[in-house]
Amino acid sequence: MTLQEVAQFVEGEIVFGAERAQECVEYGFASDLMSDVLTQKCSNFLLITGLANIQTIRTAEMSDAQYILFARNKKATPEMLKLAGDNDMVIIQSPFSMFRTAGILYAAGLKPVY
Amino acid sequence: MQLTFHVQGGDFTRAGDASSQVKKTLKLLNIAPAITKRVVVALYEAEVNIVAHAYRGVITVDIDPVRIVLRLEDEGPGIPDIEQAMQRGFSTASPEVREMGFGAGMGLPNILENADRFHIDSVVGKGTTLSISVNLQA
Repeated sequence: MTLQEVAQFVEGEIVFGAERAQECVEYGFASDLMSDVLTQKCSNFLLITGLANIQTIRTAEMSDAQYILFARNKKATPEMLKLAGDNDMVIIQSPFSMFRTAGILYAAGLKPVY
Repeated sequence: MQLTFHVQGGDFTRAGDASSQVKKTLKLLNIAPAITKRVVVALYEAEVNIVAHAYRGVITVDIDPVRIVLRLEDEGPGIPDIEQAMQRGFSTASPEVREMGFGAGMGLPNILENADRFHIDSVVGKGTTLSISVNLQA
């Protein structure tokens, strides 16, 4: 699934890294608990979260997750976007709830990490 | 090679700076990505613990051809019962820490899972020292 398709499915927008919209992502993981994200062994998955703070970006960096989708209309701050840029990440924002976002993307073929 | 970082308790805007710099260094040294991830996940959890629980701390990272050794020494309240603190789900984190996505009692177990060797020394009222080692080869 391309990142552009991810954004379209959840009626969202790629707010950072739009030039990489055609990159593909195969796996997704949804959580607001950063320690839970840090237990994931796979890399380059789409992190779906409603937690929008600087530690979300840091956690994605340590977890090798290049793609973050902020659900329930959470917005990345300029400081978060700068850190995302420093770490070659793509940020997507969606107005949908985390449950709805994850459900749509799962039904569309995004695989769970476990 | 040895790297040293100073960490300020309570400063969540900079929590993870040391782990980020270590990750970039390990990438430059061509350390395998799977090993790097184990090191930085363990280090990041431990760095967040200093910010969440201590007044200040010093992180020392020793990199040699055989292993990477992390030492995190903090000045803080210490851990009264280390065995209890190691239990998944046990936490004394503040609401502020939980709002940052941590404080669910997973940090120390996550460190243990990613380390080849992990040891905690703590003195109540003085501070805690974590020693974490990750082997570069199986």
